[in-house]
Formats: sequence, structure tokens, C-alpha cells
Amino acid sequence: MLSENVFVIGAGETKYGELWEKSLRDLAVEAGLKAIENAGIYSRDVQILYGSNSLAGIINGQENIGSLIADFSGIASGNIPAVRIEASSASGGAAVREAYLAIKSGEYDVAVVGGVEKMTDIFGNEVLDMMSSLLDREWEAFFGATPAALAAISARKYMKDFNVKKEALAMMSVNDHANASLNPNSHFKNKITLDQALNATSVAEPLNLMDCSPVTDGASAIVLASESYLKKNKLNGMRILASAISQDYLALHSRDSIYTLDSTRIAADEAFKRSGLKREDMSFVELHDSYSIYGLMELEDLGFAKKGEADKLVEEDIKLGGRLPVNPSGGLKAKGNPLGATGVGQFVEAFLQLKGKADKRQVKDARYGLLQNMAGTGSTSVVHIVGGD
Amino acid sequence: MGELSRIWRESEHRYRLMGNRCGNCNRVFFPIRAVCPHCHRESIGKMKPMELSGRGEIVSFTIVHDTPPSFVRQRPYALALIKLDEGPVLTGQIVDAENDSIEMGKRVRSVFRKIGEDGKSGIIQYGYKFVLE
Repeated sequence: MLSENVFVIGAGETKYGELWEKSLRDLAVEAGLKAIENAGIYSRDVQILYGSNSLAGIINGQENIGSLIADFSGIASGNIPAVRIEASSASGGAAVREAYLAIKSGEYDVAVVGGVEKMTDIFGNEVLDMMSSLLDREWEAFFGATPAALAAISARKYMKDFNVKKEALAMMSVNDHANASLNPNSHFKNKITLDQALNATSVAEPLNLMDCSPVTDGASAIVLASESYLKKNKLNGMRILASAISQDYLALHSRDSIYTLDSTRIAADEAFKRSGLKREDMSFVELHDSYSIYGLMELEDLGFAKKGEADKLVEEDIKLGGRLPVNPSGGLKAKGNPLGATGVGQFVEAFLQLKGKADKRQVKDARYGLLQNMAGTGSTSVVHIVGGD
Repeated sequence: MGELSRIWRESEHRYRLMGNRCGNCNRVFFPIRAVCPHCHRESIGKMKPMELSGRGEIVSFTIVHDTPPSFVRQRPYALALIKLDEGPVLTGQIVDAENDSIEMGKRVRSVFRKIGEDGKSGIIQYGYKFVLE
């Protein structure tokens, strides 16, 4: 069986934030061109393009994102395939995985994944209704459920069953902000204190504003290539050692446990098995902490802590200089969460970290990274392990 | 938001809490499923409609402050996961109770209420909410 090793050879992204002056296409094109330039290839070398996006249909009234990106990146004249991959807030990770499979199969040698979300084209809390479309509309959102409300329902039971204090959740956000203050592309540049994290405006009790990722515009893109292409063109890159995806019930209420992310647990086990690596081999992890509680649940379901015990990691271990640096990028809370771009952005961060180009937020001697991207309350999880020689 | 047919289509289930039961393993589902996720093809043709009691207990809950536009007038509202006595867990609001009287494990029963509306002249959407027992 033909099976190519797959590498990331270039990465680029826009600033994340409230980017009023930029449109959906502006963002996508900026990130895509930066990634291609960074890879040292030409647009004509790209053989397939995957756009990843979650909500452009309802926020921006724009579908057909694959064609849009290909066209305005100037590669429509090459007539290469360009499609959009949608898996809600896991679109980015899912799109990278599709590109990975396309190259691994031997069908293509060079692929671009461009993730984009333009969320601030909608006023006020209208966007919250649109974001609730990533839940089960008929049986969750119809009754007033929002992504934050369901995360809060998980958080309350988690905190009670494991006697975990709210401080542990807040520390995830404090860590994200500390790291984001060192990332020039992050949505938020300010550090926050534990007090600030604990005493912000309530969103859905027990979660407050500092437990919730913001509404972010942004785009991230990477270029993937086969090992034979790398050798032929004397390029180097970051190897994707394992790619795994798993699925769970769409609605939180259909799952056996409301604080265990089976999709994350299964994808992680598979990724570790395929890579042959151990948990302790990871130099850093990028988590899908759209809500602070998910950061704790994910550390457990990824296998870095026992269920209910991730709070033991939040004091020291997760910091940049700690045993297991979490979200050196600033994470979803503070780098930002432009849904379709978020999972691709994790690859941009990993690429910088493993090339030793993450500047002030560089993880020392970074060798392997784990990237976890998730849809909604955990209906889809994508786990990638990258790095090595 | 929501087209008339979408709201109407689910009305029987929302108004009367109609679920179904797998004739193979006897598990009960709400909302109804065409196929049992445990028995797969063995359940085909054996999924029987079943009206649920609407009684159950609170698994966990939240008080929602940041709401979509259609729920702004109700805020802050209590939203909970309710485990029905027949087995299924569903998502719904808890009403007619002080928010600080709501606790995990408390018994509730379903009531028929207005859920939302499509603007001032749009259709009114009905469904279940829960009250403490």
C-alpha cells in the first residue's frame, strides 16, 4: 500500500480579533498567501485546496468557500480542486486531516488548508443564535441552550462530583491570557489575574465571561506536502505523525457522561497508538478550550490526568515553563476562537514552536506537540500529533 | 427563527413528550430515533412510539444570562438536563421557581408552555418546560 509521510512546510495567519475593516475573503486570502510564501513554493505548485469554515452561510450569507478562497488567492486559473470541510468548530482539524489523507494516499503531493471565520459581521447577540446552530437545534437550542450554557451544565456537575473549585477553571483562562500576551497575533494581549477571572460578568452560571472564548475574526493556513516532494525540492517541514478523528452523540443530553469527552478520548488513544509516542513525550499541547471547563476535561480525556484530577496540573504544570505547557498560543480563550480557523491555527502555532520561531512564548526544546480540536460540546474531536525529526 | 413546517413537524413530540422504545433492548429514546444506536439493524421495524411521563430529576443546570435574541425577555433563565424516569435525558428550562431553589437531584415534572415566537407577528412556538415537584 502506498503510504506517504506527510509534512507541514509552511504556515501563515492573520491577526485574530475584531477585524472590522476586513472581510471573509480578505482574511482567507491573507492567511493563504502568507502560508504559501512561508513554504517557499508558488501558488501554481498547489494541487488541492481545503477551505475550513463553520458559519459563513448564516453569518456572511456566503457558501462555496472552497471556490471563494481559490479564486481570490489567484489559483482559480489552475483549475485545481477546492472544497470546504465543515465540522463546526472542529472544521479546521478535520480539514487538515482530509489534506493529510489526500497526500498520504499518494493522490496529491501539495495541499493547502485555509481556515477562516468572519464573525463580527453580525450585531450583538444574534451571533449567539448562529453559534447555537452547532448544537442540536431542535432539541437543545430550541429550548434556550447555548454552547456556553451546556458547558456550564457540565461544569456544575464536574465541580460537584470531583469537588473541584472554580479557581481551577479560572487558572486555565489565566494561563491562556498570559501566553496570548506574548503572541502578536492573539485576540487579547492583556494578562488577567485569578481575581479578574473569578469575578467577571456571568454568562451561564457557574461560567463567566473569563471562562468563555470570544467572538473572533481570523484566518489561518498551512501548506502540506509529501515526503517525496520535500526530498525532490530540498524542503523541510514539520511531520504529522498521527491524525485521528472521532465522533459522539450530537446532543450533550444523549451521552452517558456529561463531563467525559468520548470523541477526544478515542481520537487521542488512536493518535498515540499510531505515533508510537507516550503522553510524557509531548513538549506542549494545544487544547480546544472554548470554555475553561473543557480545558480540564480535555487534559483528562487526552490522558494527561485522571478523571476529575486535572486541577492538579493548573498551578504549575500547564505554564509555558511547566512540565506540560498548555496552549502556548494563548488558546481559544485569549488567542481567540474563529471557529473554522481555530484548528488550523493550532498547526500554525505548532509549526512555529517546533521550528523554534515562537519568540517570547517559545517552549524550550520543543520536539512533539499534540493538537486537539473539537466541535461544540464534543460531538467531533480531531487529534493530531506533530514533530520529531 | 424557524419555518412553520419545522416547528409543526416536531409538535407531537414537543407537546406530548412522545418518545420511542427499542423492541429489541427495551431502551427508551427521546427524541425518537429511527434506529436504536445499540441494536442497529436488529431494531429496524421494532421502534415503538411511547408517551413519556414528563417526570424525572435534575442532572445538572445553569442560569443563563447571555442569551440569543429570542430569549432575551426570559433572562436570566434556568436551563437543565433532566433525566426522565423512563431513562432518556433531555434539555429544558425550569420555570416557576426561584433560581436559587434549583438543585441537582431535585424532582421535576413537565408542563406545556410557550417557548418562543418568530418576532411580533410570527408563529408562536410551544413545547415543554419543567417545574419543581
